[in-house]
Amino acid sequence: MTATSHPLSAAVDNAPVELVARHLPWPLLVLLATAFGVLPWLGNDYWLNAILIPFLVLSLAGLGLNLLTGYTGQTSVGAAGFMAVGAFATYSLLLRVPGLPLPLALLGGGLIAAAVGFLFGIPSSRIKGFYLMVTTLAAQFFLEWVFTKFPWFYNYSSSGTISAPRLELFGYSLASPVGRYLLVLSTVVLLTWVAVNLVRSQVGRNWMAIRDMDTAAAVIGIPVDRYKRLAFAVSSFYLGVAGALWAFAYLGTASAGSFDINRSFQILFIIIIGGMGSIAGNFVGAAFISLLPIFLNQAGQWLFGGHVDAGQLQNLQKIIFGALIITFLIKEPEGLIRLLDNLRERLRVWPLRF
Amino acid sequence: MTFFLETLIGGLLAGTLYSLVAIGFVLIYKASGVFNFAQGAMLLFAALTFVSLQEQGVPFVLALLLTSVVMAIGALIIERAVLRPLVNRSQITLFMATLGLSFIIEGLAQGLMGAQVRALDLGIDDVPLFFGEIMVSQFDLVAAATAALLVIVLALLFNHTRIGVSLRAVADDTRAALSIGINLNRIWQIVWAVAGVVGLVAGLLWGARQGVQFSLSLVVLKALPVLIIGGFTSIGGAIVGGLIVGAAENLAEAYIGPLIGGGITPWFAYFLALIFLYIRPAGLFGERTIERV
Repeated sequence: MTATSHPLSAAVDNAPVELVARHLPWPLLVLLATAFGVLPWLGNDYWLNAILIPFLVLSLAGLGLNLLTGYTGQTSVGAAGFMAVGAFATYSLLLRVPGLPLPLALLGGGLIAAAVGFLFGIPSSRIKGFYLMVTTLAAQFFLEWVFTKFPWFYNYSSSGTISAPRLELFGYSLASPVGRYLLVLSTVVLLTWVAVNLVRSQVGRNWMAIRDMDTAAAVIGIPVDRYKRLAFAVSSFYLGVAGALWAFAYLGTASAGSFDINRSFQILFIIIIGGMGSIAGNFVGAAFISLLPIFLNQAGQWLFGGHVDAGQLQNLQKIIFGALIITFLIKEPEGLIRLLDNLRERLRVWPLRF
Repeated sequence: MTFFLETLIGGLLAGTLYSLVAIGFVLIYKASGVFNFAQGAMLLFAALTFVSLQEQGVPFVLALLLTSVVMAIGALIIERAVLRPLVNRSQITLFMATLGLSFIIEGLAQGLMGAQVRALDLGIDDVPLFFGEIMVSQFDLVAAATAALLVIVLALLFNHTRIGVSLRAVADDTRAALSIGINLNRIWQIVWAVAGVVGLVAGLLWGARQGVQFSLSLVVLKALPVLIIGGFTSIGGAIVGGLIVGAAENLAEAYIGPLIGGGITPWFAYFLALIFLYIRPAGLFGERTIERV
């Protein structure tokens, strides 16, 4: 191996450099109106609970990891650890601070996760690439251990689990599927809006410069270490909020085991499949990851009529998953979002090719 | 003092098992620059294949040979289907491809050979031996000896055969090796096959210890701190790293563990690796890369 000098150079290069004034994004507005206005009344409880809520939370988690890995080029395999911090911190805040409104508890949980992320990001000033991955693995296993070992974090419950004390906002209960869906949706929309603006700002530009080559970034005067730590903190904030939502809005009851290393990999896959260094990619990737198992299950049922046992189906799922990841890396390293973009370009000039 | 020595020696011997896993990594990393996350899955696959063959009544040596052949065929397929299309991509991309690969191999292994825990008997008695007052597990001793033997064989292979020399040439400078006519794809196939066989040996020893089951593939995570301490590019480093991690883990669990609630082995090795990294960012034996703009 000769060219080991820049192991972090990401294959992605689609910085949103658009200096012309943008039109109102009509498709986006229609999408938002549907998500807020139509889906809650159309979708039945199964759809909201089992598909839309996890999809949105996973998108948010992917977004958090993407800021760190896709935009700043710091590979992390500890995403779920920071999600756990967010979940347990939010739980503690709701439990121990009486009368704290839910949004503030979520914000506090996110901030605590950000602080922890900042701490685990400190080594990134000296350690790079694969070596940095070990830092994030240390975070993953250490945090998992902390939340199993010290009963204070789960309020001394015998099962070691946490569940949402109260989900309410201004006196309205959010415990129904529609309420939880709207809570998750508003959080995700708000945080996505922040992220879009963040990556278009100076901060985002600096992150991308560091991703593309951190030595070069340092040479042109970007305070590399500070921005790497900032990326860790911001990414962990997003992951922390996602973790709290995952625990309370989706699972209802969670334990440290809900945030194990497999969750970290799942989120990593979301950003690989969706598209590294793309905001919209997270949503596409999360949709893919959360719909594929359901689809495979249905297909299995339909093909074999329930004659195949669940274990084999799961193995098959794993194989298909792995094959898809490799195929994506080979054929379209920029992820599904790139495929969709290409498709849109094709449709625009259809039936001609150029 | 006896307790300390026992803990230390037990740790060192357990460390040789970590080294075995780490060697598989180093081989592949040196020759192809791939951080092979699928090494753990390969280990599981090899051990499962071996156990399944043995359960069919295949004798030990034949089963060993057959499994090696299976691993070699696997290496051919991997080189063809994964490595060749991804040539010249960034290291992170290759790493992620091996993540996908590990999913495929795990799924195949469990799909074909079942997910239940299999017992594996290598015919080594696990009776404690006493040296003076110090108790040592016989199984650990045999495992350590196997690891030592494997390292000697690998060293001979690398230093005294044509394949080994071209392999080192590729590791040194891929482009120069290509230009003097070394077949890179062939080298990759060989290295992945050898790593598969190393994985088989490691899988058998680990499997005899804790049963052949899915958690074997998680050994890969244990090997990471070993690699960090030893450096990704040095087999000697992998051995020293494994010994350090094994010993430190055992000592920490015995001495620091009780102070903070115990069960610290899952993460202690990573923190140890972090400390090492802070002092030497490229590991103890790793090559420092010089960055140019």
